[in-house]
Amino acid sequence: MKTETTAINIDRGKGDFSYPEAHVRDAGVGLSERTIHYIADVKEDPDWVRDFRLRALKTFWEKPLPTHWASKELEAIDFDKIRYYLSPGTETKRSWEEVPDDIKRTFERLGIPEQERKFLAGVEAQFDSEAVYSNIKKAVGEQGVIFVGSTEGLKNYPEIFRKWFSKVIPVGDNKFSALNSAVFSGGSFIYVPPGVKVKHPLQAYFRINAENFGQFERTLIIADEGSEVTYMEGCTAPKFNTPTLHSAVVELVALKGAKIQYITVQNWASNVFNLVTKRGLAQENAEVKWIDCNIGSRLTMKYPGVIMKGRKARGEVLSIALANDGQHQDTGAKMIHAADETTSNIISKSISIGKGRATYRGLVHVPKHLKNCKNNTECDALLINSTSRTDTYPAITVRGTGNAVQHEASVSQVSAEQIFYMQQRGLSEAQAMSLSVNGFVNDLVRQFPMEYSVELKRLIELEMEGSVG
Amino acid sequence: MTLVTHQEQAAPILSGPSESRDFPDWFRDQQRAAWQQFETLPNPTRKDQPWRFSNVGLLDLAPFRISPPLSEDDRNNVLKYSRGLDEYAGRMIFANDQLIERDVVSDDLKKRGVIFQPLERAMVEHADLFRKYFMSTEAKLGSAKFAALHKALVSSGTFLFVPRGLEIELPIEIFHWLRHDNMSVFPHLLLVADELAKVTVIEHFRSCSRTAPGFACGVNDLIAGPGARVTYVCAQEWASNVIALQMNSTVVDHDASAMSLNLHVGAKYSRFESLSRLIGEGGRSDLLAVAVAKHQQEFDARTLQDHISPRTASDLLYKNALDDRARTIFGGLIRVEPHAHFTDAYQKVRNLLLSDDAEANSMPGLEILADNVRCTHGATSGQIDEDELFYLRTRGIPTKIAQRLLVTGFLDEVIQRLDHPEIGDHLHRLIEDKFAASV
Repeated sequence: MKTETTAINIDRGKGDFSYPEAHVRDAGVGLSERTIHYIADVKEDPDWVRDFRLRALKTFWEKPLPTHWASKELEAIDFDKIRYYLSPGTETKRSWEEVPDDIKRTFERLGIPEQERKFLAGVEAQFDSEAVYSNIKKAVGEQGVIFVGSTEGLKNYPEIFRKWFSKVIPVGDNKFSALNSAVFSGGSFIYVPPGVKVKHPLQAYFRINAENFGQFERTLIIADEGSEVTYMEGCTAPKFNTPTLHSAVVELVALKGAKIQYITVQNWASNVFNLVTKRGLAQENAEVKWIDCNIGSRLTMKYPGVIMKGRKARGEVLSIALANDGQHQDTGAKMIHAADETTSNIISKSISIGKGRATYRGLVHVPKHLKNCKNNTECDALLINSTSRTDTYPAITVRGTGNAVQHEASVSQVSAEQIFYMQQRGLSEAQAMSLSVNGFVNDLVRQFPMEYSVELKRLIELEMEGSVG
Repeated sequence: MTLVTHQEQAAPILSGPSESRDFPDWFRDQQRAAWQQFETLPNPTRKDQPWRFSNVGLLDLAPFRISPPLSEDDRNNVLKYSRGLDEYAGRMIFANDQLIERDVVSDDLKKRGVIFQPLERAMVEHADLFRKYFMSTEAKLGSAKFAALHKALVSSGTFLFVPRGLEIELPIEIFHWLRHDNMSVFPHLLLVADELAKVTVIEHFRSCSRTAPGFACGVNDLIAGPGARVTYVCAQEWASNVIALQMNSTVVDHDASAMSLNLHVGAKYSRFESLSRLIGEGGRSDLLAVAVAKHQQEFDARTLQDHISPRTASDLLYKNALDDRARTIFGGLIRVEPHAHFTDAYQKVRNLLLSDDAEANSMPGLEILADNVRCTHGATSGQIDEDELFYLRTRGIPTKIAQRLLVTGFLDEVIQRLDHPEIGDHLHRLIEDKFAASV
């Protein structure tokens, strides 16, 4: 195999650009009750949403930073220097032609139009706070699927979304979920009616564009009985010099027999704090699966969880993290077993390059009097350079005699023999390393939808450039 | 009536170090400083990561007292029941921190430079050695406050020095007894094995009564010099109302190997912290533990395998069998420091749940700051295999006995790793007794 550089020739500047800001609505810098009122006014929130935001703000102020267990880097976030709301001031667009040209150009570089041409059912691309472009293909709409932005969802479909809004992740779950609850804007609200199987993945792209601007999208997906849906989000952000905060809340509700698969490829710029709370609720026989790839950001703290509330519910987290110089990928999974015969599976693979640090934190909880609950956890870490760092901190609680839990973790490096072998076959050391790393994550990546696995492999190759030799 | 007299005479531990004891001035100063430190450090809470899942509410020290001298009867009784191994190279027996008996190592060993003395004597006669090693490792696993308490209140203990190249074949035996309600002990072992020395020590922790409340706060420092081989065994059989904390630290120099096995069957709450520091190339540390937890017992194990030097190995195997409403906590960390390349570290904790109310918490952790390492850990929680049980029953073995066989078989794996048949038999008996006690 002869690999020309063109095969992996990725535009390194991709994502590393920004257009002049033209925000019509701007809540200013800093956070106060005025900010909340401003956001609620602009978004024309119903009163209950406004009250919810104000209560959440109090909770946010009361809660300390979780630095007793988490990275001290969090202290670098200056909450007074962040803009909490921005909007291009345009109504949500229904067709591609109506999207302003500069925003279109941004999206074009991200490849959204092509992706849509392929087979995407709907594209919800969030440019800063608001969904600028929202379009679900006719077929999905006819099935009765609701796919709207968070504001629209709460305003137009309260009977559907209010019931579950903030129920899976309570406001006070952590400091950043409280922050999100106070200032959220954007994100997707999806409802899939009973028995509907959404064939193609629903997709959303998020970008942070304005400097010093935190993005606080809120996503709630409800899959009614027996339905199935896959949701994909990809993130790229232009690079800025001052740290940017991304703090999302994502709640998934899988009712009896439903299946939700949520896929993320996170590739924020290396100055972004990515502090995200993600949790799914699985009722009887339902399945929630998180596929989570973290490649960018300065510090990511994200532990997707599944609460298995109904009998035979299943939870799964497949996670890939890649930590390069100056990055800390603090990721993991939470599995809360709350009914008999529930099963969960966690597979986590991390790669640390240069001075990068990858951390796995896990929580597995099997309370008493449950029968036949099973958890399997596997964490594998790969270290590329002698300065790379990896940590594993699982916490497992098991009660009762009917349950089985196993956890395994290993840390290794690419073997010198492998590299030597590939070099003998004409590959450069860097190519060999890249190939080995792709081999390391391959069994996980194979489970991803096709274009994601291609994109992911390329991103990994890109990150690996210059890490050896 | 004697009991009342004892409690009246005894000072609460929270009144601080006694001034009446006959220690060198430098040691008194250390104790006063340590007491201040104890008072300054905050009480642990569950929110502190090193105390996650722990029932910190049990750590109320107010009821516990420092024992006045024991009566002649008490001393004789303790002596009578201090039976452990059939053969030993030396032996010390303490009750309420008072030295009851010391069987000196053979004259030959003494001539060759073995020091086997109570702490208070060693700090005078071998002040340099003592001061170099005494509590030289910081308590990193959460109990800094209790290490300070120990340092402030320790009044006796064992000092064992094995000189260069000397191998002591038979084990050294140490007994620590708790006598009377609400008494406290601060067991201390300082073991220094010089270059290429070899020694095995077993410590027994026992109570005179099966139910008397008490408090034990021990510190245990093992130093394995270059090429030395140190084996340490702890048999913890405190009464069912004892609150026990034990802080073990092991320093392993180049080409040395240290093996420790902690068996826990007693106490209401027993926390044991094991810190193993591998400071020289070729060092190896084995950390083993077996716990049989019943009723409402809580065993709280915290470990750190700290690889500081390249080419070191460590292997941890902890097994818990949990019945009734017992709880166990395992919080372990393998840490590979920068530049500690070619580390080979392993960590495994296995919980066997025998009842619906038992609870096992496992936090096996890794922190790797070097590459070219091989580190793995595993944690499992499960129950007795129904197929194995069925097999034994088809062979005519009643369910209860079959269960016990399977549990002891599960735990035996750890004891066998010790590769010391006599100590193994002794530990095995303790496990059997623990199961027999409940039937």
